[in-house]
Parts: sequence; C-alpha cells; structure tokens
Amino acid sequence: MQIAFDIALVVLLLAIAGWTIVAREAFSAVVVFMVFGLLLSLAWVRLAAVDVALTEAAIGSGVTGMLLLNAAAILRPVEASYARPSVSLRIIAGVFAAAVAGTLGGLVIMFKGEPVSLAPLVLDHLPASGLDNPVAGVLFVFRSLDTLLEKVVLVLALIGVWSLAPDKFWGGAPGLRVFGERQSILVFLAQTLPPIGIIVAVYMTWVGASEPGGAFQGGAILAAMWILVMVAGLRNVPPISSQTMRLAMMVGPLCFLVIGLAGIVLAGSFLAYPAGLAKPLIVVIEITLALSIGITLGLLAAGAPAKAPAS
Amino acid sequence: MTIVSIFAVCASVLIGLGIYGLIVDPNPLRKLLAVNVLGSGVFLMFGVVARRGAAAGLGGDPVPQAMVITAIVVAFSATALAVAMMLRLYKDTGRVTLVADDAETDAQKGAAE
Repeated sequence: MQIAFDIALVVLLLAIAGWTIVAREAFSAVVVFMVFGLLLSLAWVRLAAVDVALTEAAIGSGVTGMLLLNAAAILRPVEASYARPSVSLRIIAGVFAAAVAGTLGGLVIMFKGEPVSLAPLVLDHLPASGLDNPVAGVLFVFRSLDTLLEKVVLVLALIGVWSLAPDKFWGGAPGLRVFGERQSILVFLAQTLPPIGIIVAVYMTWVGASEPGGAFQGGAILAAMWILVMVAGLRNVPPISSQTMRLAMMVGPLCFLVIGLAGIVLAGSFLAYPAGLAKPLIVVIEITLALSIGITLGLLAAGAPAKAPAS
Repeated sequence: MTIVSIFAVCASVLIGLGIYGLIVDPNPLRKLLAVNVLGSGVFLMFGVVARRGAAAGLGGDPVPQAMVITAIVVAFSATALAVAMMLRLYKDTGRVTLVADDAETDAQKGAAE
C-alpha cells in the first residue's frame, strides 16, 4: 500500500516537473513549479526527513515561487521573442539528459555495498549538546561552520541583489509590486494570517532543538508573513538604507560568530560550546538567526532598490 | 521495489529533466526554473542516500539531511540573485537573452550608462 502511494507520488512529481519544463508560458510553468515544490515536501516526509520537508515547503516552493512569479509577470512582454530550439538540439539534449539520468539512477539502484551512515556517530555525540533533534545537532554542533557560512551566503546574495540597483536608487526602497487596492481578499489575508504565522514561526524555531523545525523553517515562515504584508500594501517595503533593518539582518550571523569566537577562549576551539552551556547558546543562536533569516529572505524576494531614496 | 529505489528513479529523472530544460529553453527565466528542478533532483538524491543510511533507530542519516537544508537556502539565494540580474537586464535593454550582444544592444547599453 505504501509502495503504491510512493509510486503514485513519484509519477505525479515527474509529470508535474515535465510540465514545468515544457509549459508554453513561463507564468504557468512557475505556478506548476510551486505545486511541484509542495508535492516534493511530501516526498521528503516519505524519506523520513521532516526537517527538509518543512524547509522545502516554505523556501523551495513558497518564497522561490513568489520570486519567480513576480519575474514571470514582469518579463511576460519579451516571452514571444525567443526562437524555438531546433529539433536536432532537442534530440541531442534529450539523449544527453537521459544518459545522465540513466547513469545516476543505475548507480544508486545497483549499489550493493554496505550503506555508509553517520547516524550512529551523530546519536553517540548528540547527548553532550543537550539537543534531541539530530538534524539540529548536525546544523548547529557538528557542522556549524557550514551553517555559519550559509548565513554569509545569504547576506552576500542580498548585497549582490542590491548592487544591481541603478546609482540613483541606491539607498531607496525595493520595487516590490503592491496589489493592495484592487484585491481586497489579499488585504484580508494579510491582516488575518500574520498573527497565526508569527506564532507558528516562533513555535517552530523554539521546538527545533528537539523536534523537526528550527531557525530556517521559522525564518522562512516569518519571511512569508512579511512579504504578504508588504505585497498587500499594509506596510511599506523599508528602504535599504534603514539601519534598524540592517541591524535585524545582521544580528543572527553576528551572534553566531561572537559565540563561535568565544568558543576559542572558553571551549578550546572556534564554534565549540562550553560544556553544559551548549543548548542555551544554540537556542539563542537559533532565535536571532530566525529573525535575520526572515528579514534577509524577505528582502531577497523584494529585489533590488527601484525607488529613489527620500532625501 | 523499495522506497529507496523508487525515489532514486524520481531523483535521477528530475536531474535529467532539469538538464534538458537548461540546454533547450532559450528563455533565461525558464533556464532558471530548470536549474531549480535539477537542484531538487540533486537534493532528493541526497535524501535517498540519507534514507539508505537509516540506522540506530533514525529514519535517515541526519548529516545529508542537514546538508540539504543548507543547500535549499543557498539555492534560493542564487535564484534571487539571478532574477535580480534578469530584471536589471530587462530594464536596461528591454530584452532578456543570452545571445551575444549585437551593435544595437551595445548602443542601448551605452545610452543607459
């Protein structure tokens, strides 16, 4: 029965992914892609990765979909200008893609050796951190350098997006399109959902230490709520020169970095936690990170500044 | 058929679809969408490997799972940067294409700067 469900899910996923690739219009391709992301989170649940499922649903489908939908709407006028690819190119690309897919799939399915797993090692060392969620343990204890650098990537991407603004708009507000006046249902949702969404985000960040969830998922939900409020026109998009906003954006990575550096003195190495204090420190890092991730994801979705700064 | 091989097929076909779309579609926005499908396939392959590493009472190896969470966030950052580049290109030239510049777009660029 479960196998039948998995096969049906995979068939549906592949059909929808294929539709995303061949759809006539970019806009409908993006809408289908968002459905794909939601179904993909189901696949992650089936693969016993609930933490990943939550991240995929919130970031992979939700925020990415919103970003691409906006781009597809703006770029609609140029869509007819692309030449159709020739039949020979399509055949060659198809054969190449099939060869890559076949080789990869074959290698994984025909793998006969003993599966390698770090799960026992993670579980052996997890109690020392005071955490119960092994994924959070990997993210904030065993591979915390990856997590710290990933925050730096988010900030670098945002600097990249901002630097694409023309000089005259530097310091101004991003040009997120606002739909508030015409669609009152959007305004209604933007007034009703955020209180619930913020509680869910706080809960998810808080339980991340012991249950699936954490700073990423909580931050992504915060970002979604913020974007909803901005798109509905209830609050203006802040100008990129806003010091409060920049502080909120940096507080998470800075807190992580300071605690990491303190580890050199107090625990003997960078990003090490003093014995007994690991869990409270990780919770502090997660709470500040959730705020910073929420702000940064929201600003990435809002795009480059497109309004002149108020002088 | 085990759950691992079913999703291994899914992941590899997604990678194939992504590669096909990336090569064939001339529209940069569609290429970006294809890269996201390709990325989803790669992430799912990590999930398959994690599921196969189920041990010690866990449903999957938490190390690849944590790497995928990081990867999803990084993939979003890259997508946002690519979208911002496309929109700036559209604003400056009125077109979004990867075809090499001709004299006309060069002139428009000069005017924009």
